[in-house]
Amino acid sequence: MFEVDARGLSCPEPVLLTQMAMKENDDDIIKVYVSEPYCYKNVEKYAKSQGRKVEVKEIGSEFEVIITK
Amino acid sequence: MKLKDVGGSGCGCASKVDPVFLRKVLKGLPTFESENLIVGYDTADDAAVYRINDELAMIQTVDVFPPVVDDAYEYGQVAAANAMSDVWAMGGEAATALNIFMFPQELDSDEVHGILEGGYDKAKEAGVIICGGHTIKDPIPKYGLCVSGFVHPDKVLKNNGVKPGDVLILTKPLGVGILNIARKGGVLEEKLQKEAVKNMSLLNKHAAYVGRKFDTIHACTDITGFSLLGHSSEMQDGSGCSLHFDTKKIPVIEGALRYAEMGFVPNLAYMNRGYLDGKIKFANGISEAMQDIMYDPQTSGGLLFAVSEKDSESLLELLGEKYEAASIVGYAEAESEYAVYVD
Repeated sequence: MFEVDARGLSCPEPVLLTQMAMKENDDDIIKVYVSEPYCYKNVEKYAKSQGRKVEVKEIGSEFEVIITK
Repeated sequence: MKLKDVGGSGCGCASKVDPVFLRKVLKGLPTFESENLIVGYDTADDAAVYRINDELAMIQTVDVFPPVVDDAYEYGQVAAANAMSDVWAMGGEAATALNIFMFPQELDSDEVHGILEGGYDKAKEAGVIICGGHTIKDPIPKYGLCVSGFVHPDKVLKNNGVKPGDVLILTKPLGVGILNIARKGGVLEEKLQKEAVKNMSLLNKHAAYVGRKFDTIHACTDITGFSLLGHSSEMQDGSGCSLHFDTKKIPVIEGALRYAEMGFVPNLAYMNRGYLDGKIKFANGISEAMQDIMYDPQTSGGLLFAVSEKDSESLLELLGEKYEAASIVGYAEAESEYAVYVD
């Protein structure tokens, strides 16, 4: 599993970090942490556009996006 | 320091405050009334119109935003074109303008000059005189104009006079907000960046002038941060009509659908969607990306006309001379359950 901490960042940075993580890692699972609802929605869109499966968990006021192959 | 190195640059009209928050903070404030105020902010119109006498009314509007492009001159052009647009959308003649300019002191003087030069050149092209302004030190640049214009009180083009049977015509393609996010991320192809700047700096003046030839135009608004759906729901409000859009006819700037699919969607697009919840009905099968395009905040977007069907083709033909993307995008019908239907 590979983790991306994009908390506190605004778009498109979380999407760009997710893109980089997906390109550079063969991990089956990538977890992306973001602070804003619109950021998880954008990360979710990016992952789905690359044919990945996505699950989003709300943790307090933040979000965990779990991306699987 | 160059403009591109200024941290935290925004995305034009996508930097607008969340409309839900805005409604909350405005609540309870006094509504100023005057028999001479033809258009105030109660109708969510773009500018204020104040009657001076039976033949003359004054139009006032102000618009500023952070950089939408890295090039100083282009930024100035886009900001000025956007600020002046509101006057034309009201059917008026823009006359004078004042600069409003905030920038960090570290910004190179060439860059500061370039932004102003872009604004001045657009004002000159529009026949508007810039006669002063105001500057403030600020870590993130913001540039725009406060514009004054004139209109005959009986010729004010309101944003909510649409009538059943009217045809809706849009003059510029949608999607620049999405491309601006891709630009901010440094991934936007140069060709698409040029296309975005071309559209954002294109003046709405000519479209407004063409529109004046038709007394069957019942409503007009410019499409900016509130998106096509937001501005058209304002056009619908209180008109007794529902508006219908055909997504197959909506002009979309090249690349915008692809970047929307990849998650380069501005926060304000999501906010617009939230604010308009319950007002919009999408037909089954309209893709998520196309929906994002419809909610996408436009920087210096085009005009949306509601015109009688009999004149719609003639209007479109004249608009097409200068606005290659101009299209008939929908129609108005007697009001039904939803404000706006998207097919």
